[in-house]
Amino acid sequence: MTVARFWRETLRRYNLGASKCPECQAVFFPPRSVCPNCSVHRKSLTKMEACQLSGRGVVYSYTTVHEAADGFEMQVPYVLALVKMAEGPMLTGQIVDVDPKDIREGLPVRATFRRLRADGDDGVIHYGYKFALENGAAAKK
Amino acid sequence: MREVAILGIGQTQFGELWDRSFREIGIEAGFKALESSKLSSKDLSALYIGNMASGAFIDQEHVGPLVLDYSGLAGHHFPSVRVEAGEASGAMALAQAYLAVASGEHDFVVVGGAEKMTDVPDDRGAAIASSTMDQEWERVFGASMASLWALAARRHMIDHGTKREDFARISVLDHENGSKNPLAHFRNKISLDAVLAANPVSSPLGMLDCAPFSDGAAALVLGPLESARKYTDTPIRIAASQIATDFVALMHRKDVTTVESTVVAARRAYQRAKIEPSKIHLAEIHDAYSIGGLMALEDLGFYRKGTAGKALSDGEIGNGARLTINSSGGLKAQGQPFGAVGIAQVVEIVRQLRGEAGPRQVSGQEVGLTHNIGGTGATSIVHVLTRVN
Repeated sequence: MTVARFWRETLRRYNLGASKCPECQAVFFPPRSVCPNCSVHRKSLTKMEACQLSGRGVVYSYTTVHEAADGFEMQVPYVLALVKMAEGPMLTGQIVDVDPKDIREGLPVRATFRRLRADGDDGVIHYGYKFALENGAAAKK
Repeated sequence: MREVAILGIGQTQFGELWDRSFREIGIEAGFKALESSKLSSKDLSALYIGNMASGAFIDQEHVGPLVLDYSGLAGHHFPSVRVEAGEASGAMALAQAYLAVASGEHDFVVVGGAEKMTDVPDDRGAAIASSTMDQEWERVFGASMASLWALAARRHMIDHGTKREDFARISVLDHENGSKNPLAHFRNKISLDAVLAANPVSSPLGMLDCAPFSDGAAALVLGPLESARKYTDTPIRIAASQIATDFVALMHRKDVTTVESTVVAARRAYQRAKIEPSKIHLAEIHDAYSIGGLMALEDLGFYRKGTAGKALSDGEIGNGARLTINSSGGLKAQGQPFGAVGIAQVVEIVRQLRGEAGPRQVSGQEVGLTHNIGGTGATSIVHVLTRVN
């Protein structure tokens, strides 16, 4: 991914910048310019409001990746999850600092700022969100 | 709109065809389809080609005229349309060709699907394969195609009590059928234990839950049903050709255990064909990942959500059982040349309905269904095919 292509989304990937529909109040991540929920969805065009996710959510589904995605070879095995955020949107991201055996659905997690991957040997380093278990979440099982 | 029939079918070997080029396999499938009908190339007025990623796999775009050219037809100057819809490119090309003939704009067309995937190393192939997911919001965070299907699988297990063995059986069935298909990429049978013990790819999915990368091509000749008997003794009618779409990223779907685009495409197809899913006992379903096959059984309306796993373990699904799926070997065993998949599925149903499926022939079927999807289900295409009596 080229530098400009990654850079232009940093506000979302670093700060969880989202958008909210003024008609139905639904929150979207990544931000959308049109609300897919509203039946007359053109009403939301140019009116979507910027907002930010709190970073808190719960694990909705999870997998331990052994055959890495391109550029993630050094991280296997890693846990990838669907995380249902407190504000409503679902995000795809890694869960870090955890034994894969301890992951299960419903565990509370919090977004954390991490290195995602390096773009080849001499490319830029991509940063963004991953997730970590809320303090003590794994111990409570 | 007029009725459309399939007049000819052609398919190449699927597999690692290192000695054969993209244009060679495309031409072979097309000419085989033409030869199996009584048409000649001068009767044609358009060519459609389903291809997902020739630019990434072989640095060659503009493959529409390329295949036409090397088929010796450049001098005819007729339209050649390359169609892309991810892994559903084949069925999407068929859907466009169907509309062209149904509308009356074209009488006889060839629609092919082709992909040359093994000219790149495996890791590059996996990266290209991932290009049908959302690059900005899935892949950047470490998602592979297998991992997204694994997330759907895990949630299916949570919500519906589905067991790991349930979707493993899809791979076993595919290999059982592939063992009887001389064109299949893999012709070995595999046991349930082998699927369960295979190297992990993305839990709960292992190596034998995942379809291979294959080279291959398949093709059909289409024409108006009203004159079909002039060109073949066994025309097969396209009773429905329906496309549906959904959010691109898995995380944005209403329910990750349902491919809603499949539900909608199937519902529209059943309405158009005037048939209930309970009357269909023959289908080629898209199972690039075994869990996708299990979900398709439910989303196509053959089984209620959460019950396909039990049907699989009870033996209701298999060659000659209540429901025959993937008699070709499916994506897992027949192989997965992306753009060719959707066309090869139709080729197999046509063979079955004509009684030409050899050792894997299922008797007495009048109707068959094909199901081809792009990405994790952003596109689903369902075709219903029937014998003409």
